[in-house]
Amino acid sequence: MNKKFLKTVFIKTLPVMTGYIALGIGFGILFNSHGYGLLWSVLMAALVYAGSMQYVAINLISGGASLITIALTTLLVNARHLFYGISMIGKYKDAGKKKPYLIFALTDETYSLLCSDFYPENADKGKYQLAVSLANHLYWITGCALGSLIGSAIPFNTAGIDFCMTALFVTIFIEQWLSTKKHLPAVIGLASAVICLLIFGADAFLIPTMTLISVSLILLKRFIKEAENE
Amino acid sequence: MNNTSLLISILVIAAITAALRFIPFAVFSANRKTPNIILYLGRYLPYSIMAMLVVYCLKSVNLLAAPFGLPELIGVFIVVVLHFLKRNTLLSIAGGTICYMLLIQFVF
Repeated sequence: MNKKFLKTVFIKTLPVMTGYIALGIGFGILFNSHGYGLLWSVLMAALVYAGSMQYVAINLISGGASLITIALTTLLVNARHLFYGISMIGKYKDAGKKKPYLIFALTDETYSLLCSDFYPENADKGKYQLAVSLANHLYWITGCALGSLIGSAIPFNTAGIDFCMTALFVTIFIEQWLSTKKHLPAVIGLASAVICLLIFGADAFLIPTMTLISVSLILLKRFIKEAENE
Repeated sequence: MNNTSLLISILVIAAITAALRFIPFAVFSANRKTPNIILYLGRYLPYSIMAMLVVYCLKSVNLLAAPFGLPELIGVFIVVVLHFLKRNTLLSIAGGTICYMLLIQFVF
């Protein structure tokens, strides 16, 4: 790998680096404030490597959720990855030995960098995909580790730090809302969650909500599809 | 949660996340068609799930007792306003979280 290639990769991944380090630090501090230190943060960052899910996992783990709830929540929160995969089948077709890692490391942000057709000229496609995926993974691990260290080194009052997760989801929600004219799916999600929260209570409403969402989306398919054609 | 359960939980989350990333490559080859219902759910599920996650974060807020969810309401309001003004995710998160922390530590 030459200097020019590394420089290109660095520049292309710079926005992801900023985001991953900041969100990773948030995760590390938060996980640390629940009593899980550096080793756990790094393990989670390396093996799970999924931003929103890691934040949700802190709540599930510290709340002592059952394995079934943890598994189903992961399934639904990360279901979108299925669709990234579907659209990358062609792009990763010739990746050979690199393919398993490329697939493992296909996060939202890596997908956003590699799904387009604009790859740097004069660079081997597979090498570029691998370098971008690996760089992003390392940024994320670094961020999570830094957060954990900051959280244990600086003894500040962390009460309320959990709110960074709420804030993260609110910003993603706004971005999603602004990116489409079809707001029915978002409204279905909001209504299902509030209804199930009232019926099942704070400790048991995730699974009913996800079921209600899936059923509602399928039943209302016609209306959502119609809105699409406007 | 003790260390063993925590490790098992992390491994379960990791395995399912990885499985979701691998399944499309295993099931759908470059030539085979993906079922429409899967494509449909994949397209719209993220919007619903994100709304659910926002509610999930606020699930323990008690609207019937002081401070009646005011810190959360103000925090979310700040995130929304900052985000509409600047469209900078990190700024919105940092601004909202710092205000929320100050509110619950010093005001309420």
